[in-house]
Amino acid sequence: MSTATTWNVGDVLPAKTYVINRAALVAYANASGDQNPIHQNEEFAKSVGLENVIAHGMFTMGLVGRYVSGLAGGSANVQEFSARFTKPVVVPADVDVELIVSATVAEVSDGSVRLDLTAICNDTKVLGMAKAVIRR
Amino acid sequence: MLNPDLVGHTFNGVESTTITSESIAAFAAALGESNIEVAPPTFAITISLEQSQSVLQSSGLNWDRVVHGDQKFVISEPIRAGMQITCNSTIESARVVAGNEIVTVRSDLVDAASTVVATSWSTLVFRA
Repeated sequence: MSTATTWNVGDVLPAKTYVINRAALVAYANASGDQNPIHQNEEFAKSVGLENVIAHGMFTMGLVGRYVSGLAGGSANVQEFSARFTKPVVVPADVDVELIVSATVAEVSDGSVRLDLTAICNDTKVLGMAKAVIRR
Repeated sequence: MLNPDLVGHTFNGVESTTITSESIAAFAAALGESNIEVAPPTFAITISLEQSQSVLQSSGLNWDRVVHGDQKFVISEPIRAGMQITCNSTIESARVVAGNEIVTVRSDLVDAASTVVATSWSTLVFRA
């Protein structure tokens, strides 16, 4: 059961912070099957014009999904989830990059709640148009 | 460049994937998610992206140049261990902007009863 029954449009829900580092990217690559070297190999990432290794967009979105599942009282209550990958999350070696995720209640209907989501790294929004619909 | 005739074409998955509790647990663990009663909302990507890669590579696009532009999931039935999932992928649109080719693939994940449990839309940008 989520706390969604008590929310009103415009409510800003408590933010959470997640850590992204190289070890987390390797773990995500192995679990998801996405072994693109730009997410693990600094030399390769730089050779294709990137500043450094970048996180999988789907890893960042996955962490935001974890936030949404938490608000929803479990992943089974998540009905829709979307995002645009507007800025890469750059992950230098030996650094814990912080991803700060928050949500605003955008719409409340009988059966569901729509959330507008924000994901910020180093003061920059890394996802655009991030939204979720969860069961009330 | 993608053959424009392929826009609207559906590539039906030839093999089904049986979802295991191990694969859900591994994916959840990588995200730090401890509640694994059902798969995390983004789990469908582990099936849909591989299929999109195979469809688009065989259509001549260079996966080494790909960047994920945007992503949407609609989940009708949470994915659970034991489900047998087949992925049918449709190239919904393809356009060229400043030399970059932008392709949207819709992947319908269907269970053994042919019910769509989740749909994933991936917009992929193939850099010039």
